[in-house]
Amino acid sequence: MKLLEVRDLTTAFMTGRGEVNAIEEVSFSLEEGQILGIVGESGSGKSVTALTVMGLLPRPPARIAAGQVLFGGRDLTKLSEREMQAVRGPGISMIFQEPMTSLNPVFSIGDQIMETIAAHERLPQAELRRRAIAMLDKVGIPSAARRLDDYPHQMSGGQRQRVMIAMALACNPKLLIADEPTTALDVTIQAQILDLLMDLRDEFGMGIVIITHNMGVIAETADRVMVMYAGRVIEEAPVATIFDRPLHPYTRGLLECVPSLTEDRARLVAIPGTLPEPARRPPGCRFAPRCLHAEPACGTAIPLLETLEPAHSAACFRARELASP
Amino acid sequence: MTTPLVSATGLTKVFEVGSSGLFGLRKPASLRAVDEVSLTINAGETLGLVGESGCGKSTLGRLLLRLIEPTAGRIAFDGSDITGLGRSAMRAVRRSMQIVFQDPYGALNPRMSVEDIIAEPLLIHGAKPGAETRRKVTEMLGKVGLPARALDRFPHEFSGGQRQRIGIARALVLHPRLIVCDEAVSALDVSVQAQIVNLLQDLQREMGLTYLFIAHDLSVVRHISDRVAVMYLGKVVEIADKRTIYSAPLHPYTRALIAAVPAQHPAQRSRGRRERIAGDIPSALNPPSGCRFHTRCPHVMAVCRERAPVLTEPAPGHQVACHLIEAPQA
Ligand SMILES: Nc1ncnc2c1ncn2[C@@H]1O[C@H](COP(=O)(O)OP(=O)(O)OP(=O)(O)O)[C@@H](O)[C@H]1O
Ligand SMILES: Nc1ncnc2c1ncn2[C@@H]1O[C@H](COP(=O)(O)OP(=O)(O)OP(=O)(O)O)[C@@H](O)[C@H]1O
Ligand code: SF4
Ligand code: SF4
Ligand SMILES: [Mg+2]
Ligand SMILES: [Mg+2]
Repeated sequence: MKLLEVRDLTTAFMTGRGEVNAIEEVSFSLEEGQILGIVGESGSGKSVTALTVMGLLPRPPARIAAGQVLFGGRDLTKLSEREMQAVRGPGISMIFQEPMTSLNPVFSIGDQIMETIAAHERLPQAELRRRAIAMLDKVGIPSAARRLDDYPHQMSGGQRQRVMIAMALACNPKLLIADEPTTALDVTIQAQILDLLMDLRDEFGMGIVIITHNMGVIAETADRVMVMYAGRVIEEAPVATIFDRPLHPYTRGLLECVPSLTEDRARLVAIPGTLPEPARRPPGCRFAPRCLHAEPACGTAIPLLETLEPAHSAACFRARELASP
Repeated sequence: MTTPLVSATGLTKVFEVGSSGLFGLRKPASLRAVDEVSLTINAGETLGLVGESGCGKSTLGRLLLRLIEPTAGRIAFDGSDITGLGRSAMRAVRRSMQIVFQDPYGALNPRMSVEDIIAEPLLIHGAKPGAETRRKVTEMLGKVGLPARALDRFPHEFSGGQRQRIGIARALVLHPRLIVCDEAVSALDVSVQAQIVNLLQDLQREMGLTYLFIAHDLSVVRHISDRVAVMYLGKVVEIADKRTIYSAPLHPYTRALIAAVPAQHPAQRSRGRRERIAGDIPSALNPPSGCRFHTRCPHVMAVCRERAPVLTEPAPGHQVACHLIEAPQA
């Protein structure tokens, strides 16, 4: 069953240079128990997509210029802030990119988890405490009962990330959005956290959106993958397809520029140039200035996401032609 | 026989820090950030340096350049001991050793033009402003792939990758022999990271550079390095040529570190299939007794808690510090 469906979502920001679209015509959907990976380079619009779904962007300067976010039979973009507050937590919850900004340094972690639960359920203090301990236990914090009164600065980066996950899961959400949940962590801790997210998915059957710039994190966790570039979705497919038969030149480039852990390569295959800022995007295909396959026609119109094979879509004028040998 | 450009012997750095104990009482404590590290870097090679956050990589890099003073141990550069060199003698050596940092934003003075940023090391080392300095700066700019018109611009006008190119140009303008790259590509997007890695390799070939390449991304380190050293809580636990260390690591920590690298294809997913090490890296203020890895090691033995293993060389060029290896196979 479809848990979340995002249709043609466009979010604009008012800036000094006028209004610019941070994301444009973003569409995707997610089933229960599925993990969707959203991958793209810095500034491609991953966090803006997540924050728009959560209704957490301040408006203004942000404005949802078009599109729908369908969840539980409602369009979340039409809800009031009060109604959205009831969705956040038991419906959708999020692990934010900056762990220290979402944990309050002056409250103990136990208080913060209990407050999250209390915002949605009336429970006696003892029960709140029991639930908070159970949550910390679930995310693998050793001696949870003793750590409940600790403050965020008394924990390591990996433990803080576990606390953030505990907070996000405190109200049993149906959908969890994890924005770069492991980027600041060492690989050993990253592996533990990714294992944990997948264990929780298996246990509770929730849908998870994992946002990352790391193709390895995608390979480890995702069922489906959506690749973003300069505010637009440029490819979407099941995870194995993305790695075995990417259709968009940018996706191919992203996979090729990662060095191998097992093979020697004389040189890395870099993608020339850099991602353009929203106000400086080229006309037509936004990847054209960096694309080895660009033709004059690529600069005239924006290629739209097109289903090219079952469950596999890409936004490139030449995708079909480049795929055939 | 390869000659070492840099060699460190028993290099140790202890930081005196105030630790906040119970009830806010502060009692001073000693933190052994780098603990009796001995290693060499051969002329023209790249030595990769990996390990979890806080294990002492940056401290070791700074010690080798004598940007900070060692508590104990010796450093030799190009065959001569530089540990005790005074200011002016050290200044002459410093021309030959430079560092490139992670943060392309913080490392460049925002109020200086690109020309001034790159020219500064030349001027510090006695060059006069003028046509010759400008020529050297422009030449360096070209080498790192930036156009001459960038000279009059300021750091904020450039992308992260371009700023990293400016940082590299500044480090190379004195034609040094050793460059410490401290997370030099870590903050960059993968597509740009690949550009900078290629640039560093091109410059190495062209200028005969020697690199100490510090990074937390193990696949980037494998790509760029000839040999790799692995650190854990201030100690070097294993050093070998890169193929050996990635395909046949001996130290349990090295194995755990490599096993934790995410798969490069969904068919090789690691969950449930690879050995994981549990827990976090212990505090460097209060490191475990004996082998510092014993609190997380899946192969821990009684001896590991009592006695610290020393670096041994089970095969030529492959050094490892672990009781499993030390113990003769009876
Ligand atoms: N509050 C804001 N005002 C104006 N522009 C914004 C704002 N927030 C984000 N943007 C712009 O929207 C674009 C997308 O940003 P977003 O944070 O979604 O990127 P991202 O893919 O999450 O990148 P990263 O990997 O760095 O987290 C960027 O160009 C950014 O500059
Ligand atoms: N100036 C200092 N004063 C006190 N302690 C320090 C100082 N510099 C570093 N340390 C400590 O020394 C240890 C090693 O730090 P170092 O920065 O070398 O680690 P690192 O391996 O480079 O970590 P990262 O991967 O996070 O950059 C850490 O415990 C750190 O807190
Ligand atoms: S549309 Fe053209 S420029 Fe864009 S990715 Fe396809 S080939 Fe390249
Ligand atoms: S010395 Fe013992 S604890 Fe340390 S790595 Fe070897 S087996 Fe593990
Ligand atoms: Mg983001
Ligand atoms: Mg460091």
